[in-house]
Amino acid sequence: MKKKTLLDKKAIDRTLTRITHEILEKNEGCDNLCLIGIRTRGVYLAKRIQEKIKEIEEKELPIGILDITMYRDDIFKLKSPAVKKTDISFDINNKIVILIDDVMFTGRTARAAIDALMDIGRPQKIQLGVLVDRGNRELPIHPDFAGILYTTVDAEEEVLVRLKEVDGKDEVIIMKT
Amino acid sequence: MMNWTKKDLLGIKDLTKEEILLIFETAESLKEISLREIKKVPTLRGKTIITLFYEPSTRTRTSFEIAAKRLSADTINISASTSSYVKGETLKDTAKNLESMKPAVIVIRHSMPGAPHMLSRIMKSSVVNGGDGAHEHPTQALLDLFTIKEKKGRIDGLRIIIIGDIIHSRVARSNIFALRNFDTEIICSAPPTMIPPHLEELGVRVEYDIDKAIIDADVIMMLRIQKERGGISYIPSVREYSTLYGLKAKHIEKAKNDVIIMHPGPINRGVEITDEVADGPYSVILDQVENGVAIRMAILYLLVGRGT
Repeated sequence: MKKKTLLDKKAIDRTLTRITHEILEKNEGCDNLCLIGIRTRGVYLAKRIQEKIKEIEEKELPIGILDITMYRDDIFKLKSPAVKKTDISFDINNKIVILIDDVMFTGRTARAAIDALMDIGRPQKIQLGVLVDRGNRELPIHPDFAGILYTTVDAEEEVLVRLKEVDGKDEVIIMKT
Repeated sequence: MMNWTKKDLLGIKDLTKEEILLIFETAESLKEISLREIKKVPTLRGKTIITLFYEPSTRTRTSFEIAAKRLSADTINISASTSSYVKGETLKDTAKNLESMKPAVIVIRHSMPGAPHMLSRIMKSSVVNGGDGAHEHPTQALLDLFTIKEKKGRIDGLRIIIIGDIIHSRVARSNIFALRNFDTEIICSAPPTMIPPHLEELGVRVEYDIDKAIIDADVIMMLRIQKERGGISYIPSVREYSTLYGLKAKHIEKAKNDVIIMHPGPINRGVEITDEVADGPYSVILDQVENGVAIRMAILYLLVGRGT
């Protein structure tokens, strides 16, 4: 098994800082913004962005957790995948929702997440931020904020985002079996 | 986390502790959907769920239907009085005919113990036991334990008292089977005629005196007299029963001060429980109903998604 590091701890932090600035730039500040992380690792990335916005704008944005299991288009191809809780304790109506995920690939997770949000309310806008964009889209959905672009050509390659909150270590690696 | 593999939910007795905990975790996640303005997710789109009820029901049938609808399944409800049962069709034939219409799940309630088990052997669809005679009522026990866990934060270490027509109660049986997976003390209290022989072999203590049974209780589960199973002939009179075994405010003082009072419904007010207790601050009866929807959503999701 071959392993290659795409981003280390420092690089992840720098990338998140850049994404944070891009979010603030695009929305001219953080009025009316809220952050929603897609389970599992999107949640921790959203928290880190929330902290960075707090440092820059001195404002704490509302943050929510989205579980997209019940909206997957391949749900019954996987054997009863575990459902976790969606926890959005604020009103998303007329808010600008910044959706955060770790990796974007086919675009199917993002599609499910958008559908899930629409069932909860009617945001003014939804913008999507991801740490790694792997290309290879199967749906016409693209991120507004992307950390690094790493287009996978080799089908056996896997991109893994590891975060210290879940995995004990910060890194983005490519694994080839 | 483990995967769900069973085709059917026939009784608590067949479930492992891990399976019970998986149902709880799933229900906990799904409960949030019922608090939304739009109470629906698309998960079971295109799946059909039939409820086939040969005995009357308000809560269980409605709860299954709402659970299915919140998951976007299509639901069909059949009750004995409006089905071809009255024209003499057998249960087996009815089930086989319904299966030809390709339902994903059939929920059945029947007065004959084992009816769901028989269907499960002849059907490809998942079968859920919605109550079979005095045998089992698994979804009721699951929602009861889920409510206990929610209110008490745990199930282990609790003292749980079940009072009423134990011998005819599928709710009591399923609850005892479920509670045995945890480290609980289970005490049953009823007139001797309503205690089935050898009940102690299930790990239950029997205490005929309700005043003694209730001391230091964490949970009190009340049951109604099962008139449809002849429960009334097991006692001298309803008035005497109510005097001796009806739960009243004076009893609550003997229990722990954070005791919860449960009842699977329907309540016979003034018989097994007074208004004061049923509507009082310790009652979680309506929370049980609310949790019933989440538990049934979890079960439908797990059964349909079992990797077909």
